[in-house]
Amino acid sequence: MIDMAVEPTASPEPLPRNKTDWLPLALVPALALLALPFVGSGSTWVTLTVAGLAMGMMIFLMASGLTLVFGLMDIINFGHGVFISLGAYATLLVLGPLAGWGQADSVWLNLGLLLLCILAAMGVTGVVGAIFERVIVRPVYGSHLKQILVTMGGLIVAEQAIHAIWGASPIPLPLPQTLRGAFVIGDIVMERYRVVAVGIGLVVFIGMQLLLNRTRIGLLIRAGVENPEMVEALGYRIRRLFVSVFVAGSALAGLGGVMWAFYRQTLTAGMGMEVMVLVFIVIIIGGLGSVGGCFVGSILVALVANYVGFLEPKLALISNILVMALVLIWRPQGLFPVARR
Amino acid sequence: MAEPLLQLSGVHTHIGPYHILHGVDFAVPAGQLTMLLGRNGAGKTTTLRTIMGLWQASSGAIRFDGKDITKNSTPDIARAGIGYVPESMGIFTDLTVRENIVLAARSGPVDSARLDWMLGLFPALKRFWNLPAGNLSGGQKQMLAIARAIAEARRLLLIDEPTKGLAPVMVRNMIEAFKALKAAGETILLVEQNFYAASALGDNVVVMDDGRIVHSGAMSELVTDKNLQQRLLGLSLDAHQ
Repeated sequence: MIDMAVEPTASPEPLPRNKTDWLPLALVPALALLALPFVGSGSTWVTLTVAGLAMGMMIFLMASGLTLVFGLMDIINFGHGVFISLGAYATLLVLGPLAGWGQADSVWLNLGLLLLCILAAMGVTGVVGAIFERVIVRPVYGSHLKQILVTMGGLIVAEQAIHAIWGASPIPLPLPQTLRGAFVIGDIVMERYRVVAVGIGLVVFIGMQLLLNRTRIGLLIRAGVENPEMVEALGYRIRRLFVSVFVAGSALAGLGGVMWAFYRQTLTAGMGMEVMVLVFIVIIIGGLGSVGGCFVGSILVALVANYVGFLEPKLALISNILVMALVLIWRPQGLFPVARR
Repeated sequence: MAEPLLQLSGVHTHIGPYHILHGVDFAVPAGQLTMLLGRNGAGKTTTLRTIMGLWQASSGAIRFDGKDITKNSTPDIARAGIGYVPESMGIFTDLTVRENIVLAARSGPVDSARLDWMLGLFPALKRFWNLPAGNLSGGQKQMLAIARAIAEARRLLLIDEPTKGLAPVMVRNMIEAFKALKAAGETILLVEQNFYAASALGDNVVVMDDGRIVHSGAMSELVTDKNLQQRLLGLSLDAHQ
């Protein structure tokens, strides 16, 4: 943790106030309240809102690593989707030997299984992420065009490797027994798995906020996003930080992949690539490099997708692009622009 | 001159196809303040960046405390005890003033005596201690940049145009701060365009033009010799007072 003992003598003069940018944060509740009269039924609105929050959390899990990698390393990683797919497939390593845990009528065994799947996915994607950074990304630092080409190539190779290892056919992925079904409170229906997804998303978001704001490594990441050269001039080896963040970003994508796969209840090698459009939309909306912006952007996009999907299904496909366009007209640098050199 | 802490010998630097430094030779004596002067584009900033390893010298040698650091990485050069304040100040604007200082003290917490000394030099920073550094004015950012460079003991400070764009009152404050740093025995290589500030502070002076050293010697000699000022810098000290 950062040494909090460093404090100067208090100044007798009143301190200037820190300006918190509340407007983007207010967008989420404003949007939800705006949707209420259109949806009409309160219970349907709650169901849609919880579903949107859950979807938003899963998008956040998949996107948060990419925004950090872009912000810190200036790397456009089109191969990020492979870590989502790979994380999802890594669940098979756990579900093979522990299939009984998923069928047991025990919340603890079911949650334990989910946790083990997450750990396996993060482990596998973290290791593959380290190799991906060394072999594919490192030779193209500083060249965006080469990054796009080479990471896209890496994505295709990795997808084919998944086909070679696990086969080309979709693999069903049933939810653990007690995570199926829904909580019913009066007229309100909330799918259990979505509530779990909201919980896990919140835990990861809070964890990332604590890491970024309360630890030296977090300070280094935030400083590195803004001015990596100056971080080096202070004596820190930023290359190691790059690798660590890339590995962590890949592991987070793996975690998101597990949650997304259980949500879809199907594994396909292309699932990561399919969701990348959404991932890029939320990191652009949030402000490239901003974890908080990525969180708000994910929830915004998911809520809009759910409300529009319910109210006007034909518009659901373009709703995300519309949200991005409106946000960028309002704030061209995204909701929470990160200061850069 | 005292024993040099930093010695550049025949340093050439290329940036892409451009040959910027053409065999730069000069020394920075320990415990003294050496001014690096020259017109815009003379190669002063490139010299500092080359010393820090931010741009690699293509030939020549840079020795710090007797050791060759020419090919060392920037973090290794910083760890050897060289603090750097770039022309852009390099402040992390999303971090608070406190976080900027905490990060600069790489080897551990800043001890309270050092913190008091730093904030004695730059008292304005106290008021903004827990606010994002982006809220600071240009002069306050410069103070923070220098405070960050001295957050832990350094053997040499490289400072690039600290008075650039500052109001006259801020320039005077900055000069006082540098006098205090000199009195504390810091070794400093200071790039400066403001000859009034340079003459008030420098023990030694190195003048660059077109990527070459065209003069080096005692600052007192340059201050008293108006012909030399005219020849090297195209000015006289009188015009800047």
